[in-house]
Parts: sequence; C-alpha cells; structure tokens
Amino acid sequence: MKNYVIIGNGAAAVGAIEGIRSADRDSRITVISREACHVYARPLISYLLEGKTDLKRMLYRPEDFYEKNRAEVLYGKSAVKIDPEKRTVTLDSGEEIGYDALLCAAGSTPFVPPFEGLDGVKNVHPFMTLSDAQALEKDLAPDKKVFIIGAGLIGLKCAEGILERVGSVTVCDLAPRVLSSILDEECAALMEERLKEHGVKFLLGDTVERFEGQKAIMKSGKTVDFDILVTAVGVRPNISLVKDAGGECGRGISVDEKMRTTLPGVFAAGDCAESFDITSQTKKVMAIMPLAYMQGHCAGVNMAGGGETLDSCMPFNSIGFFGLHCMSAGSYEGECYEEKGEGTIKRLYVKDGRLIGFMLIGRNERAGIYTALIRNRTPLSEIDFETLKKTPGLAPMGKNYRTEKLGGAV
Amino acid sequence: MKRVYVNEKWCLGCHLCEYNCAFANSGDTDMVRALKGKKIVPNIVVEEAGDINFAVSCRHCKDPICVKSCISGALSIEDGAVKIDKEKCVGCLTCVLVCPYGCIREGENGAATKCELCLENSCGEPACVKGCPNRAIVYEDRG
Repeated sequence: MKNYVIIGNGAAAVGAIEGIRSADRDSRITVISREACHVYARPLISYLLEGKTDLKRMLYRPEDFYEKNRAEVLYGKSAVKIDPEKRTVTLDSGEEIGYDALLCAAGSTPFVPPFEGLDGVKNVHPFMTLSDAQALEKDLAPDKKVFIIGAGLIGLKCAEGILERVGSVTVCDLAPRVLSSILDEECAALMEERLKEHGVKFLLGDTVERFEGQKAIMKSGKTVDFDILVTAVGVRPNISLVKDAGGECGRGISVDEKMRTTLPGVFAAGDCAESFDITSQTKKVMAIMPLAYMQGHCAGVNMAGGGETLDSCMPFNSIGFFGLHCMSAGSYEGECYEEKGEGTIKRLYVKDGRLIGFMLIGRNERAGIYTALIRNRTPLSEIDFETLKKTPGLAPMGKNYRTEKLGGAV
Repeated sequence: MKRVYVNEKWCLGCHLCEYNCAFANSGDTDMVRALKGKKIVPNIVVEEAGDINFAVSCRHCKDPICVKSCISGALSIEDGAVKIDKEKCVGCLTCVLVCPYGCIREGENGAATKCELCLENSCGEPACVKGCPNRAIVYEDRG
C-alpha cells in the first residue's frame, strides 16, 4: 500500500487519479483542494455566465467520481510546504501528510500588473475560478459598463459570456491584436471583427497608464469610464512549493517525459509545469486543459509504478466566439501553405518535411487529421500531402494506414 | 468489442450510410420529414478518392484522445464506446481538433456530434451497417 498525495483539484488531478487507479486499485489517494468544491470544468465559467451551462452540467467528472475512485479530498485546504527528505506535505492548517509519491498540480494564479490607482478601483474581478465568475455575476446589470484588461482567451471568453447581460464591454490589450499568443495578425483580425460585430469594443496596442476611480487613463491618452473591471492579463504558474523544496524550475516546474520533477517521488503536471514542446523543440509552460489532463494521467500511472511517457506535447487550442471558430496547433515556422476564403483562413506550416503547426479560422472540419500529423511527426514524403493540405482526409494517408487504423481496433 | 468497419473494396460511395445515420439520430420517425431540405451532419462520412471509396466513423479508440482532451467532461467511455453528453458539451470543438480520424464534427445545436454506435437512439444497431446496400459496412468484434 502506498500513499499518493495530489496538490490541486483540477484537470491534472483528475488525470492523476484516473492514472493511478489504472495501475493501483487499492492504495490511498489524498487530494488537497484549495477550492472547496467538486472538480468543475474551469474554462466553462464564461459559458456559465452566458447561460449555456449550469453548476451541475459543468462538473468535469460525475458527482460520485471521488467516491468511485476512492480518493479523499481535503476541501478548502492549501499545501504550504513540501519536505522532500521526510516526504511530507504541510497544509495551511499545520497538518502534515506523508507521501510515497506526490503530484504538484497546483495550477496558476492570475497576474495583475501594479497599475497606478488600482487600489482605488471598485468592482475589480479576476476571471479564473468559479468563485471569480460568481462574484462577477453579482455585479452584472443591464446598465453596467465593463472594462476588461487582456484580449487573450480568458478576457475574450469573459467578454462573450457577459455581453448580453451588461450595457457595454470594452477590451484592451498591450498587443496590437486579439489572441496574440495563438494567432497571427490576419487570423486575429477575423476574430476581432466577429467580436466587434456583436458589440465588443476594443482598444488594442494600448494599456492602462493609471486609474482615477472608475476611469482608466490609457497610454494613448484615451479614457475609459467603467463600472466593473475584469483583469485577464495573464497567469503565473504556481511553482513555489517545488522551487522552495529545491526542485528545478524555469517559468514552470521542470518535468521530464514521465512528469517527474528533479525531486525524488515528486511529479508535476498541468499549468504549473513546463515540458517539452515537440514543435518548437523548447521547454515551455503549455497551459491548456487537455495537456493538463494528459500530463496528470501520465504522472499518475508513473506514481503507481507504471511506465507511461508523454513525449508529444505541443500547444493547441480550439475556441469559438459568436459562432466563428479558431483552431491552432504547434509552431508557426517554416514554409506556409495558405488558403483564404470569405471570412476563413487556413495556414499550415511545414518545416524539415513535417507539418509543425497550423491556424484555421472558420475551417474546423476534420482538423484533427492535421493535428495528428504534427503529433506523430509524420514525414510528409510518406503521404499525399498535396491532396491533404487542401482537404483533410484519410485517403491521402495511404492504403497501409487505412488497413491498420480502419481495419481493426485501435 | 463490436465496432463499425468498412471494406473499401465493396464501398460504392453511394452515401446512403450518411442519410441513414442522420435519420437514425434525428429522433424523427419519418425519413423524408427528418432530412428533406435540411443540411445533414451525419456521424459517418464517405471519402472518395479516385477509384476508392470508404465510409469513416468514430473508431471508438481504446485510449481515446478526444475523451482525454474534452474540457467539459462531456466525452466519456462507456463499456468501450465513446459517448458524448450533448447537454454538457459547450461546443468548443477541442475534440474535433484532436481526433486523428476526423470523426467528430460540429453538430447542429452548437454541440459536437459523433457516432455512438446507435446505442443511444431507437435504431438499436448501427444504422449505417443496417442500410448499407453492398454490405460494405459491418459491425464486428475485431478486438
């Protein structure tokens, strides 16, 4: 019997619980959950405000999940220290928990730049957690003007989620375009246009110089009057527990392809970890929910003595705004194949004979076939890429591929 | 477990499976009323490439990346079959972005749609298999 301890209760923790239980049915699992609630789908908080989901439907796993997996959750508790010598975790309550294998899946924390005058602003909300969304919801009213700092995924999903419930929504970003971390200028322009058509206002390439009460004075000299301020500038990985214990960290907690940190018996996964991106060939924090789950699962299997490796990580995102979808994956380097239609863009990036990235706006059909080419590092010389680049399909993958993948259980 | 397979030598490319699929999942009892004049989004799609045709639908993978990637918890495995809870799905289409076989699509009501082997509708057995005029699509246990 072993003692497994998981710090965090998000997608990576769920992955770890399922990973551990695939290899070890009996040992004890303890989950330390800062939030005092059952695991929910965090990116769905904007859909909650939009009325497209509710508290019950947005549970990431069924209500009996912990019970069925015999995981004990310590709700409303935080880990404050890891002692890798004694193999213990200290909680904020002072309690110490021993572990044989530990997963740090502590996530990330919203980062708010020290804007001048921010202290004097009322109704300021981050937009990361369910309680953030619920607190914001209390302030929403049809006559309210909302100002969102940050035109990334979080800021824009927030804008979409609340638009119909408030008087106006203005979004600013230091970057000259929306979704600057995942899209280039032209793709971003299409997304921006769709959001604008629905009434979202933008101040891009501009940032807050200072606040004077409920008024923002921008670098450009423009001013924004608002009732509610949402801060969605970015997040910082929660690395301190592992870092303070002597574990190697970059921007995130450094892990190998088995999700091991440099501390014996300590693993990390999800938004707090940095792992190898096969498309850029660099170590980076890839804070996306599917990877959090997969990393957590990999960590869980290995915590239980199994041998899972995860060596195909890359950033990828699929998100829609008012019916227009953008999908992206990998890195945007090398030779670009491009198709443009009315309100749609396809860009595929080929480097060293392999597909390494793409952006698709309004073109989501069968996109996973492209993603798989990147993930599997398929040499394009082995397939009919000339056909495939125009229309994703399995015919251009060749007869052998089809016999193997479509002819038997995979 | 039984899955849907296609013998590409026998597939005529007639697309009947697409219509049978859309009808079976429409909830309607009349095929004409269910499909006429509507843009259908079947969970099986026929690919045509030169002299070969073949229908593709969800492989019900043993280690499905769509389930691992689902951000809402709407996709799950039930007795080996990959199921979608359309009430939970918010239509982010992350599953579409990761499915290596291109077998999950954007459905009509914002949610993603995929083959559930007709276990969730009144057809009882896969409608694509039942209606295939050349018996190219089969429902078999191949492991």
